[in-house]
Amino acid sequence: MKVAKRTFDAVIVGAGGAGMRAAVTLAESGLKTAVITKVFPTRSHTVAAQGGVSASLGNSEPDHWTWHMYDTVKGSDWLGDQDAIEFMCKQAPQVVVELEHYGMPFDRLDNGKIYQRPFGGHMSNFGEKPVRRACAAADRTGHAMLHALYQRNVRANTQFFVEWLALDLLRAPDGRVLGVLAMEMETGEVTVFQAKATLFATGGAGRIYYSSTNAFINTGDGVGMAARAGIPLEDMEFWQFHPTGVAGAGVLITEGVRGEGGILRNSDGERFMERYAPNAKDLASRDVVSRAMVTEINEGRGCGPAKDHVMLDITHLDPHTIMQRLPGIREISIQFAGVDPIKAPIPVVPTCHYQMGGIPTNYHGEVVVDGASVAGFYAAGECACASVHGANRLGTNSLLDLLVFGKSSGESMVEFIRKEPAALQEVPQAEIDKSLARVNRLNTQTHGADVHETRLAMQRTMQAHAGVFRFKDMLQQGVDKILEIEKQVAQTEIKDKSQVWNTARIEALELDNLIEVAKATIVSANARTESRGAHVRDDAPDTAEHPNGRDDANWLKHSLWYREGNRLDYKPVKLEPLTVESIALKTRAY
Amino acid sequence: MTIEHIARTANFRIYRYDPDKDAAPYMQEISVELDPTDRKLLDALVRLKSKDDSLSFRRSCREGVCGSDAMNINGKNGLACLTDIDSLPQPITLRPLPGLPVIRDLIVDMTQFFKQYHSIKPYVVNNTPPPERERLQSPEEREELNGLYECILCACCSTACPSFWWNPDKFVGPAGLLAAYRFIADTRDEETNERLDNLEDPYRLFRCHTIMNCVDVCPKSLNPTKAIGKIKELMLSRAV
Repeated sequence: MKVAKRTFDAVIVGAGGAGMRAAVTLAESGLKTAVITKVFPTRSHTVAAQGGVSASLGNSEPDHWTWHMYDTVKGSDWLGDQDAIEFMCKQAPQVVVELEHYGMPFDRLDNGKIYQRPFGGHMSNFGEKPVRRACAAADRTGHAMLHALYQRNVRANTQFFVEWLALDLLRAPDGRVLGVLAMEMETGEVTVFQAKATLFATGGAGRIYYSSTNAFINTGDGVGMAARAGIPLEDMEFWQFHPTGVAGAGVLITEGVRGEGGILRNSDGERFMERYAPNAKDLASRDVVSRAMVTEINEGRGCGPAKDHVMLDITHLDPHTIMQRLPGIREISIQFAGVDPIKAPIPVVPTCHYQMGGIPTNYHGEVVVDGASVAGFYAAGECACASVHGANRLGTNSLLDLLVFGKSSGESMVEFIRKEPAALQEVPQAEIDKSLARVNRLNTQTHGADVHETRLAMQRTMQAHAGVFRFKDMLQQGVDKILEIEKQVAQTEIKDKSQVWNTARIEALELDNLIEVAKATIVSANARTESRGAHVRDDAPDTAEHPNGRDDANWLKHSLWYREGNRLDYKPVKLEPLTVESIALKTRAY
Repeated sequence: MTIEHIARTANFRIYRYDPDKDAAPYMQEISVELDPTDRKLLDALVRLKSKDDSLSFRRSCREGVCGSDAMNINGKNGLACLTDIDSLPQPITLRPLPGLPVIRDLIVDMTQFFKQYHSIKPYVVNNTPPPERERLQSPEEREELNGLYECILCACCSTACPSFWWNPDKFVGPAGLLAAYRFIADTRDEETNERLDNLEDPYRLFRCHTIMNCVDVCPKSLNPTKAIGKIKELMLSRAV
């Protein structure tokens, strides 16, 4: 196969919020920047974020970044690195204001400032009571943000390679990252994108689960590519199940609904969150709310003929508020649940939503392995683990993560590129050949496994064995099953052999990435014998010695999964912030 | 209690064309058994693709916000993910969006569509040095952007517009003009005059003959014709 070559100062893979925020910084610095994206930029999954982006602007009531930081550390169940969390919360007001200057159509208060709403786990005065911190554009914040970032890139003349699929990371013998190999979907042609600095901003891999709020494209491409290139994956056992996916359809209903006053009810009509989180109630952290919902369902208080969901009720809200602040939610409810939420409650169920773990980085966006940064390699957004979300992410901190770490990685790359010599190292042919072998296998494989069936087997396994509540025996069985499925993935067969827009081939290549994420998740989850944040297992129950089942003496550490040898290692959590005092370990309650 | 499911079959006539192997496009007649959970046209297409992996279409969010899966459904443009499969008379005829070159099956080349979007300078222009905090905008001023900023660039509107079919290189089209008015209507933007100059041309704006196909097909219930009317009004009042 003929391979073309293009060279740039910087290559960004992924055109969601993080990739496009980094691209703004790089392109406006005058560096030659390429953004490779498998969908047109405004179709990236950031577009589906609804409720808001957090920043302690204090537009409606007093707020402070140290309160935001406290909430984020507590939300992470102390697994988040406090230096990165301080960095993010402190930067938040500035990056949100910049986004406003880019043209983001935020909703407004009467005084003309950005409108802010309450969100789960965001409190004033170190956990006292809910605070309005989520900056919102109705319930279309992600859409408005992604379009504003794309528009800013149009202004900056960023060069996009639209509908190109990155295949593999290219590394030099000394480990330095040299760029990526990528395939143009329209022609099937493969090109080396060589650069002084490469950023992965490829999003999450929620499609490893059967029921997910995620788009079809969320297949963990960057995470899979990193794993194949020998980069360990951090904290992959931590997956967020969003409390309110539409039952049956999986489509997201924003937490902003509860921020605006929505209430969760069981089959008795009871506001059950009062029992689980007497202070924050429906606005407790997402892991807490999801577990409460599943407990209600397991104990027979679920709704519907199969008693398999609960209800999200906003019928008591002023219809005008719903039309103005939650118009997209109303559309989604009518479309996917068949109910108008002005008149009837929405059936909801916890649904896989967000990957807390990912490619290990520091708060500069540099990928870090064994305590040292990998020269030329950066990651930001959901594919990265900085780690700011730890064991459980707070709502609205994902959009913030994209802005803060998209920007910081862009700035780090500018600095790095300016110090690099002009000449680029040769890309070893073996690196290119290794990647091409994956494509060539698909072109020639016969009598292999069906891509759709294999993916479904993986998704059902992950759903059953690594869900909201986890069980010792099920986890071990899950590891065995996923390793069996991996053998199928290695010999998938596609019937479509066309070179032109071959979506069967794209899905097969995506499955190569998904399976790496699934393995990392189930192996890391099986090994972590405590309960923390979103990872809760039956053999680590709530006891006097270990409240909530958390075991800080043995497990206050980040997991690192290595593809080579399917092995685990660990590294300490950074408990020291940059300038303020460490937030001391405490039992989490809302 | 048992829930009985009536077996449902979806019968399709689908435009197929793979330039790698087909001499010419053809309409393929094909059926698929639906699962009880399949509500939308996209669900049926995904099920169909699990039987025939060569069927090519774009899709991503499956909830009507990314704008990927626009196609011509029984003669009308729409998003597959927002179209109830049971609402469609069968056989369901699927074609690529009209007026744009076909790459393969239901996938069209959208270069011309995005070229027109880019031609209206789709970003806020404000050369006043930004304040330290947000630029202020009243709720009423912000409300002017409603019905404009929600566009998902799916191209249902522009590819339903006869004026765009005839002059895709010269007429901006409903999506691009809706975006143009989105920036004109934004109190933070300082280039209203330049934006109007950019559209003052026999083709770019004035090829809109208020046929209103755009309004009819928009999956987000937006109204490009109204936005175009407002641009025309501004041009007139400027000329007076």
